[in-house]
Amino acid sequence: MYYHEKKSILNIVSTLLIYGTYYWTVKQEYGQIVMSADEELQFWGKTMLLVIPIAIAGKIIVHIIFSITNRLVTKEDQPCFEDERDRLIALKSTRNSFFTFGFGFLLALGAIALGWPLQTMFVVMIVAGVLSDVFDNLSQLYFHQKGI
Amino acid sequence: MGEHRVSNNIRTLRFHNDEMTQQQLAEKVGVTRQTIVAIEKGKYSPSLELAFRMARIFNTPLEEVFSFDDKPKKKK
Repeated sequence: MYYHEKKSILNIVSTLLIYGTYYWTVKQEYGQIVMSADEELQFWGKTMLLVIPIAIAGKIIVHIIFSITNRLVTKEDQPCFEDERDRLIALKSTRNSFFTFGFGFLLALGAIALGWPLQTMFVVMIVAGVLSDVFDNLSQLYFHQKGI
Repeated sequence: MGEHRVSNNIRTLRFHNDEMTQQQLAEKVGVTRQTIVAIEKGKYSPSLELAFRMARIFNTPLEEVFSFDDKPKKKK
């Protein structure tokens, strides 16, 4: 398995773990608290803002560990540049990622339009964000393995 | 995906050029070895620029490196 394929799998696993752990922690801490509409908006704003630096820091740590472990185990160096095929794969994967998030965003708007709770909209948006990242990496894995 | 109609003779040409390795060819044309592997397996059709660079490395016309099959492959 090549470096990019291993990296895509690692990205999927780390995304699911980081967001899953964060969501579980938030649910444990605030799941039972009753909030007014304003407080709920503020809560979701804070929750969504906080997840960004946590996810970035988590991914950086995971990638440092992966790079060191991969170098020690396989003696394979990290590719130092991206060529035309890598860029094409990244572009197509990003397109799939945008489609996924766009669909999730529409679903979130649909939830609001149907009068569902505010929480549903935010949960759908977060899930769409996570799924778009997962589909981005799944697409990269697919294009690297099956061809483009 | 993987139904490319562009075939190539890169493996043969490498063999006739002092058994050039995929890594050596990749370095000469400025791509990664994985890209050379994908082109040889027919999983990626290179850009015109890369195709011309490869032909130049092998010192042959482009048509001897790549060929285009105008009959679509039937799905099995």
